[in-house]
Amino acid sequence: MTGAPFSLGPRNSTPRVMLKVLAALVPGIVAHYWFFGPGIVVSLLLTSLAAVGFEAFVLLMRNQPVRLHLTDGSALVTAWLLALSLPTLAPWWLYVAGSFFAIVVAKHLYGGLGQNVFNPAMVGYAALIVSFPLYMTQWPAPLELAVHAPGWADAFDLVFAGQGALSPDAYTSATPLDSLKTQILAGRTVEAVLGQPIYGLLGGVGGEWVALAFLAGGAALLAMRLTTWHIPLAFLAAVALSAGALHLIDPARHAGPLFHLMTGGVMLGAFFIATDPVTASTTPLGKLVYAGGAGLLTVVIRTWGGFPDGVAFAVLLMNMCVPFIDDYTQPRVFGKTARLRRRAP
Amino acid sequence: MSTQAHEVPAEVAAGEAGLQALGDRWAELREILHNGLWKQNPGIVQLLGLCPLLAISNTVVNSLSLGLATTLVMAISSGSVSVLRNYIPQPIRIPVFVLIIAALVTVVQLFMNAYVHPLYLVLGVFIPLITTNCIVLARVEAFASKRSTAHAVLDASAMGIGLTLVLVVLGGLREAVGKGTLLSGLDLVFGPAAAAWTVHLAPGYQGFLLAILPPGAFIGLGLLIAMKNWLDLRAAKEQRA
Repeated sequence: MTGAPFSLGPRNSTPRVMLKVLAALVPGIVAHYWFFGPGIVVSLLLTSLAAVGFEAFVLLMRNQPVRLHLTDGSALVTAWLLALSLPTLAPWWLYVAGSFFAIVVAKHLYGGLGQNVFNPAMVGYAALIVSFPLYMTQWPAPLELAVHAPGWADAFDLVFAGQGALSPDAYTSATPLDSLKTQILAGRTVEAVLGQPIYGLLGGVGGEWVALAFLAGGAALLAMRLTTWHIPLAFLAAVALSAGALHLIDPARHAGPLFHLMTGGVMLGAFFIATDPVTASTTPLGKLVYAGGAGLLTVVIRTWGGFPDGVAFAVLLMNMCVPFIDDYTQPRVFGKTARLRRRAP
Repeated sequence: MSTQAHEVPAEVAAGEAGLQALGDRWAELREILHNGLWKQNPGIVQLLGLCPLLAISNTVVNSLSLGLATTLVMAISSGSVSVLRNYIPQPIRIPVFVLIIAALVTVVQLFMNAYVHPLYLVLGVFIPLITTNCIVLARVEAFASKRSTAHAVLDASAMGIGLTLVLVVLGGLREAVGKGTLLSGLDLVFGPAAAAWTVHLAPGYQGFLLAILPPGAFIGLGLLIAMKNWLDLRAAKEQRA
């Protein structure tokens, strides 16, 4: 913990904060709907229902006030972040299993809201990508590039009834990150790969606009003072700097900083996931170290790791370091000379 | 004179004392069993011997085979150390214990290599690693080196079976959740005909890889420990009520 004042006042009670975070996510969701079709609405509905259901179930089991905790909106925020990290149009049980891991395992087994060590949505994502790599790498193609653009009926069919007659090749494509990685391994240069149509202007058709919408939502969070600048800035700067350094060393094998900022989960991660007040570092210097480490690890995992995107694992790894970082970055208390340390040196 | 009439005859007293002694010995044996199987269970209370528990408990067959191999090594090594306890010099006892355990593990390893070769290949390095399993050395040092041979063998067997039970439950959970089967791999022990004995719980189950991977072992073990604590708490509550 940092020093006083601790009280936030009624303007920033938990339900209000959660509601504002949900509102800040809306531009990204709209952009996602616009470029990738109605799948995102179905997955948001499913994760929300499952998360609220699991939350109510565990609260009942733990003899906690169900209504008070359900209406704080924290389960909904987790559900939305999870849905935005998962591929849309996947089978329904994938979303339910992800919500189970997020709410039951990551949140309540650790003691509920405020006690969890790891970001619940990212635990849900990690459990799924480790267990079901096939479904987790089938991302719907942007509508303008898809052979068959799925509509509302297709979306519900694919999620609840399985693939049926529609072949996955008709509506999915490799993500920009995934396809860049495999093509570089196959010996092509970044320049040649980035000329292909799915890469768009900045990082990927559709994906780049979704990323910009998250950036706008994040800017709104900053303007509402729901988060400080430390974590988003340090996260984005670390991603840009490490990707830039790699790009300078070998431009044929490593994409530039702009590509890394605009693809995958970096924007969502920087403003909405790494900033989770429960699992992030709380001291100003600690926030910089925590988010900087997460940004660096993201690029490291993207470049040398086995998974195409690294935001989830980077955030989870840095979540683990938070108690340690907080302990070593306590700010000087006014009127004292030495830094405040929780433990005697 | 009247007091003499109330005195208990000598032989009856001896008999009662004998019965009392027998009851005491029975209670001691029961306590050893209870400690190994529940109260001091190595898998979910002492948390000793986690290396095989976490690494190999992905199917029932693997769990049971490694659990039984460990139990066998524990029983024989505790027995041998208890026999030799008065001849082992105190300052170098640990190396001597480890030598005895390592020799027995080699015997078990050669035996498994000869008679259940496919299973030997699956369990791989975890058979020789029984030597370093701390529960074996822990029972030898804490119990067998101080107690009579019969008690030492009973204690080691109870502890070994307690560990095996936890391994089997954990293996069953991980196999059922991870692969949707039970008893897969029986053919490794009983030959190809046993492959048909595998129980398929849900046809068309996709599998849940996390349960098979090491994180599944940690999560599963955590749930088992929680369940044990919950049962103990409930029993304590009932006793108070």
